[in-house]
Amino acid sequence: MQPLNGMETHMKIRGFPAVRAAFMPGRSIQGRGRLAFCLVPLLLTGCTKSILDPVGPVGADAANILILATVIMLAIVIPTILLAFWMAWRYRASNQKAEYLPYWSYSGRIEAVVWSIPILTIIFIGGVIWIGSYRLDPFRPLPSAQPPLEVQVVSLDWKWLFIYPEQGIATVNRLVVPAGRPVHFSITSASVFNVFFVPRMGSMIYAMPGMVSQLNLQTDREIVLLGQSSHFSGDGFSDMQFEVNSVTGPAFDAWVQTAHASGTVLDRAAYTQLAKQSQKVAPVSYGAIDPGLFQAIADQTIPPAPGPEPENPSHAGREKTPAGRQ
Amino acid sequence: MFGKLDWSAIPFDQPIPIITSIVLILMILGLLGLVTVKGWWPYLWREWITSVDHKRIGIMYCLLGVVMLIRGFADAIMMRTQQAVAIHSPGYLEPEHYNQIFSAHGTIMIFFAAMPLVIGFMNFVTPLQLGVRDVAFPTLNSVSFWLTASGALLVNISLFIGEFARTGWLPYPPLSETTYSPGVGVDYYLWAVQIAGVGTLMTGINFVTTVLKMRCPGMSYLRMPMFCWTTLSSSLLIVAVFPILTATLAMLSLDRVFGWHYFTNEAGGNPMMFMNLIWAWGHPEVYILVLPAFGIFSEVFSTFSGKPLFGYRSMVAATLFICVMSLMVWLHHFFTMGAGPAVNTFFGIASSVIAVGTGVKIYNWIFTMYGGRVRLTVPMLWSLGFIFTFVIGGLTGVLLAIPPADFITHNSMFLVAHFHNVIIGGVVFALFAGLDYWFPKAFGFRLHEGWGKAAFWFSLLGFWVTFAPLYILGIQGMTRRLQHVNIDAWEPMLWISVAGVALTTLGAICQVTMLVVSILDRDKRRDVTGDPWDGRSLEWATASPPPFFNFAVLPNVEGEEAYWNIKLKAIESQQLAPEPEYREFEMPVNSPVGFYTAAFASLTGFALIWHIWWLAALGLVAAFAGFVVFAWRDVHEFHVPVEEVARAERARRAARKALLEQMAREGSPS
Repeated sequence: MQPLNGMETHMKIRGFPAVRAAFMPGRSIQGRGRLAFCLVPLLLTGCTKSILDPVGPVGADAANILILATVIMLAIVIPTILLAFWMAWRYRASNQKAEYLPYWSYSGRIEAVVWSIPILTIIFIGGVIWIGSYRLDPFRPLPSAQPPLEVQVVSLDWKWLFIYPEQGIATVNRLVVPAGRPVHFSITSASVFNVFFVPRMGSMIYAMPGMVSQLNLQTDREIVLLGQSSHFSGDGFSDMQFEVNSVTGPAFDAWVQTAHASGTVLDRAAYTQLAKQSQKVAPVSYGAIDPGLFQAIADQTIPPAPGPEPENPSHAGREKTPAGRQ
Repeated sequence: MFGKLDWSAIPFDQPIPIITSIVLILMILGLLGLVTVKGWWPYLWREWITSVDHKRIGIMYCLLGVVMLIRGFADAIMMRTQQAVAIHSPGYLEPEHYNQIFSAHGTIMIFFAAMPLVIGFMNFVTPLQLGVRDVAFPTLNSVSFWLTASGALLVNISLFIGEFARTGWLPYPPLSETTYSPGVGVDYYLWAVQIAGVGTLMTGINFVTTVLKMRCPGMSYLRMPMFCWTTLSSSLLIVAVFPILTATLAMLSLDRVFGWHYFTNEAGGNPMMFMNLIWAWGHPEVYILVLPAFGIFSEVFSTFSGKPLFGYRSMVAATLFICVMSLMVWLHHFFTMGAGPAVNTFFGIASSVIAVGTGVKIYNWIFTMYGGRVRLTVPMLWSLGFIFTFVIGGLTGVLLAIPPADFITHNSMFLVAHFHNVIIGGVVFALFAGLDYWFPKAFGFRLHEGWGKAAFWFSLLGFWVTFAPLYILGIQGMTRRLQHVNIDAWEPMLWISVAGVALTTLGAICQVTMLVVSILDRDKRRDVTGDPWDGRSLEWATASPPPFFNFAVLPNVEGEEAYWNIKLKAIESQQLAPEPEYREFEMPVNSPVGFYTAAFASLTGFALIWHIWWLAALGLVAAFAGFVVFAWRDVHEFHVPVEEVARAERARRAARKALLEQMAREGSPS
């Protein structure tokens, strides 16, 4: 794997030279592929601010695979649809000119073709799946000259906690990353399942209690992005969104200094308070952290976060709770 | 005394559920009152509630499915409008209500709308196509139906008493554990699905046995109509996977009721296990629904092209291939849980390989039209709309089966659009095609063509206007199940989608109008010959509606397309086959045991939901007592007198003879 020098290397789908030659002669796959995708009338508006407009290598690769596979399949699907409509029209009952073959129901040659078309398509797609799954394995470190930034992610009810162990700081609902440098996320959950997803950065991965999943992502320019949970987690789910700030390296260092200066400490007591259900939480920074916190949450040395505290504990089954609303 | 139940269970403070409940209760009371005043109870009890006739049970399944389809559709309207109005605002549905609505929508549509409709068609059609008089276990069939109805009842009770699950249609732990969902919502889900699931499992057993053991003379496996093959495949899948569902939900119930730790965060519980188990059921489930749908399309394409199905053996092979492969792909529902590239590759390829089977089917349907005389009737329109819609759904399905592409589209609106694309475009279109196709067989008159076509065009257009925007929203990064939306850019597509819902509603209104108009006009639409579409399989060889014994004499099948061959002979020789010798035979007697068992099962379910232990025990004992009494019955069957059989059959033969003579005068159409 060659080192990352800007986006260009990652825009190509390495491993599919034939496909590239066939569909995108002499141009970057992204520009051409995106054009092809936009031609699909259904997805006309899908071209802006979307997963097809990625800001990092992982997102770019995934988007390319999405486009490539769509193009491969459209090459089969469009003729099939046209054939179906043509057949129904050509052999409509009122068209007495068309031949009528009331007993014709088998043809070895057509059978061979109708099995071959989907099989060949799926062999092709199977190649995309195989190569793509390994290339874009979320656990796989990204090639880079710089060491990855470590970020520990904890999904809470209903906010995201980001711990920067090397910097000794933490934030809630705000992720700041240096552009051009890979970020290695270790992800767990303090309560229920969630999915960590920054659509324009690329792959999503589940945050699961008692388990740590990993994700390697990178942005390649300064930008503000939307991050969210992509798995329903309860009443506050809709606001379980966070801002991703991709900033320059110096700006990142400056931000770390500011965070340190903020003074609040994320120790176990503060965490226990934070882990209670709350909604629409404004971004917060912690200037110091308990270094063992993430591990303790992941291996559940700290017990899982509490659920709702009902207004009426002997309630009649209807869960009437403020559920963390503020 | 009443467990967790008290007056605060009724949502007096929430206008939407309370008003809906009151309206529904008044409607039900009105209906019951009407039945009482008109004195219809004895008829209903004798002819429907206690009926063990597969046709009656099939029709009742369909009726249940349609009622629940409307309920699920009402939920859908609320979800789409809520998201469109809740841009930077709370909208009109609180999270706790909205979350119940999308959970109920999924649960109802899969378990209580799609399943009853599909099983209803299997019930009505399969024995007729096999040329037999009933299913293998007629009384069990009645029990299956009533247990499904019991589950549906519990889901609807949750609207008025307590709450429904707020976890999504598959209650993923730990969210569905008592720590995070202390209310009764998940319990309603669990017991409704458990009770209905037992009914479905028994249906599966019944139809595997029926297809394997109950075919008429000469009906070898490779002479069965495609629909029977898909019934068999679907039933085999039910038998294979519904026990997994039952076991999984039982484990979750044990967690919730007794505080065990199968899927909890603590004490060694593992929620991942739930995902694996539930999808080991859940993925085959979609094929349980779609395979009979494919069977319906096979019948429709062949009948309305005036030709045998192209590549019949290939179709059988593709069906069985899909049946087996569907058991090996469940992990694609959670590629994003980080299983690793080798596992993801395996399940990704396995998932897309299923597209080979469906691809072959699509081409075979297209080549069935080749050289045919295609009549563009309402069922045929639905089938062509299906091909167009379904191949695009298949395309997006294969995209989601590619792990790296799934990593950016999983759980998004793209996924929502995809599975509606295949379930509506595949299953629902098939059900509407089948409704129009077999309605004359079931009720003896045809449905109105114009309203049927209007319903088709509105539904097709409505479908695409609703779901194409959701594909785009998924590409824009919008995730599913949002109660309100914080991103302005998503608003236009959400509103276009609402417009699509409006079009779909017009489609639904056209369907209802079609039914009403047709019923009022029924005398003009009578199907006197029993074969309104120039059909090819045995269900068209008997009267419409068929006598309760289906066939006066069991047909003797001499090739594929059993009835088509009989008709060809008659046309060639210009006369019907010689009148057979009628014999006496036995038919099963009606039994109230299904209704009785289900009534107590509902009571037990309700009691378990609310922890009313004495009532649960009472219900179980009473249900079991019903079974014991049934097992000790003395009379199983009754004799159908020869005269009655002969009378019914001669009326049908007279109509067929008139048709034959008319064809001789006017020249045969084929």
